[in-house]
Amino acid sequence: MKQLRIVDTSVRVLYHSIFVLSLYFLFAGHNQPGGGFAGGLTAGAAISLRYIARGVGSVRRAFPVQPWTILGSGLLLSATVAIVPLLLGGAVLEHDDVTVELPLLGTVKATTALPFDIGVYLLVLGLTLMAFEAFGDEPEPDSDLAADGEAAS
Amino acid sequence: MNALVALPLALPLLGAAVSVVLGRWRPVQRLVTLAVLATSLVISVVLVVRVEREGIQVSQAGGWPAPFGISLVVDRLSAVMLVVSSAMLLAVALFAIGEREGEGRHVGFHPVYLVLAAGVAGSFVTGDLFNLFVCFEMMLVASYVLITLGGRPDQIRAGMTYVVISLVASIAFVTVLGLVYSATGTVNMADLSTRIPELDGALRTGFAVLLLGVFGIKAGLFPLFSWLPDSYPTAPGPVTAIFAGLLTKVGVYAIIRTQTLLIPEGSRPDVLILVVAGLTMVIGVLGAIAQDDMKRILSFHIVSQIGYMVFGLGLFTVAGLAGAVFFLANNIVLKTSLLLVAGIVDRFAGSCRLSETGGLVRRAPVVAVMFGLPALSLAGLPPFSGFVAKLGLVDAGVSSEAWAITAVSLAVSLFTTYSMTKIWAGVFWGERDRTPSRTAHTSDRFGAPPLMLIATGAVVAMSLAIALFAGPLWDLAERIGADLVDPSGYVEAVLGGDS
Repeated sequence: MKQLRIVDTSVRVLYHSIFVLSLYFLFAGHNQPGGGFAGGLTAGAAISLRYIARGVGSVRRAFPVQPWTILGSGLLLSATVAIVPLLLGGAVLEHDDVTVELPLLGTVKATTALPFDIGVYLLVLGLTLMAFEAFGDEPEPDSDLAADGEAAS
Repeated sequence: MNALVALPLALPLLGAAVSVVLGRWRPVQRLVTLAVLATSLVISVVLVVRVEREGIQVSQAGGWPAPFGISLVVDRLSAVMLVVSSAMLLAVALFAIGEREGEGRHVGFHPVYLVLAAGVAGSFVTGDLFNLFVCFEMMLVASYVLITLGGRPDQIRAGMTYVVISLVASIAFVTVLGLVYSATGTVNMADLSTRIPELDGALRTGFAVLLLGVFGIKAGLFPLFSWLPDSYPTAPGPVTAIFAGLLTKVGVYAIIRTQTLLIPEGSRPDVLILVVAGLTMVIGVLGAIAQDDMKRILSFHIVSQIGYMVFGLGLFTVAGLAGAVFFLANNIVLKTSLLLVAGIVDRFAGSCRLSETGGLVRRAPVVAVMFGLPALSLAGLPPFSGFVAKLGLVDAGVSSEAWAITAVSLAVSLFTTYSMTKIWAGVFWGERDRTPSRTAHTSDRFGAPPLMLIATGAVVAMSLAIALFAGPLWDLAERIGADLVDPSGYVEAVLGGDS
């Protein structure tokens, strides 16, 4: 895969800042624009930059876990958060909140909607990773295409 | 608050997640799928009993009161549809596990199948028009994956048509949804039921026709059906069976629900519905006669049978709706069983074409019996369940003095009998004229692995049970019909009266 120095360097700078932004969206989502879905998409944008700059191998190295494990655990988390209130005698998706004092951040109101949002975030992230996994790389002139397809499926 | 109402939707999603995470171990995936679907079936049966005893079951998601939150509602119609659909999903899952074709080769089969189950259950349970859209999408996105499982070129070609048509229908649906919301300010169906009568008469009829058109594409109504016989037969056997059994029927359910609940009497396009019903029956059955492939014949019959259900709806009487609902539930069982048999035939003979198969009545008599019983029922011969369903519809048609459509439905029955005979003669009698290009699996003693036969047999037995308990089931269908004709009970249960 051919690398362009300028793209490579800008992605190096941008990648982590976009990821931090995506986490900000995730946590801000309760009362402000953002949320798990928007956060996940932003993280997906960061991954797509990495993919463009350095190919699918670099994306794989950045996430040691398999993409479908990320996707599955996200769905698992969200579905569990949706069902647990039923066991406690509430309605599906019902939420509760706690307000805590944290040393650096001050007063923080945390709701049980947050784990649900984290689940959505992971789901979208996993989906993005799976999409790039499926796109793969441009095949080398004499590489074994079949082996590549096997890895992607 | 009712915990059970949300579970048919939430449990399969949870199961799908577990199935993805544990994708490496196929036996675990199988266990999860079967456990989730069996639990859903039990919950659905409990829901039927509860709805009969205590009335409509409502749950407001997140505890937000209607019409602001998302209402999940199970009335008699939803509960019956849940029972039938979860029973079919369970049987087809067993069949797929027994076949070990698409299911064994693809890690994604089980999670996607469970998402499909969640979408189907969600469409029946939701009391909110926007969530109906979401559940439809869940079901359709899962079906895009399942229909192209295997990746053969003809599957991809047919799958493209299917995806494009479904996406167009979805865009149309969400557009209509936007129009309804801008006119009424709500998407809660119970709330809409009180708001839409306040609108201008032309607008009401406009919405009725738009909703009919949108769901008509998904249900395969004339003239919007041409995608269906083209795409369904290319999917793997069990997938075709569950699509034929359930997907179009969810569209019919949506038509019945929206036309009776949302659209007030007087604005319903009843004449249009009856004309469309007649044309759907006739065109579907004529299309079937021209085919030379068991799966394609049966796929055209899906279209034809949809016409019957919409015929019952178009009468807008208690008897007509009872007939439509009975026909709908019965047809889900029949179509699933017939296409499961088609899946077995395809595997056993290496082909589904009438010219490339023959003599199965001697080589696989068990399979022949499992085709014969539901086929006779589909044609509407007594004493099978299809006879009860058609008798109910014809009776309703006669008492509403809708002579033309009743006569059409009787004539179409004759043609249905003819094409079932054609399949019987082509596949089970005679000898094959040509050798199929694919290899046949003739080694199994009864024509297929035991699990496939058990699953198919269970569905056939269910259709026989419908005939056996036709009396009480018909009474239930009449109570459903009465609920649908007068939706005030539904509205009250969701909105909690005037308080």
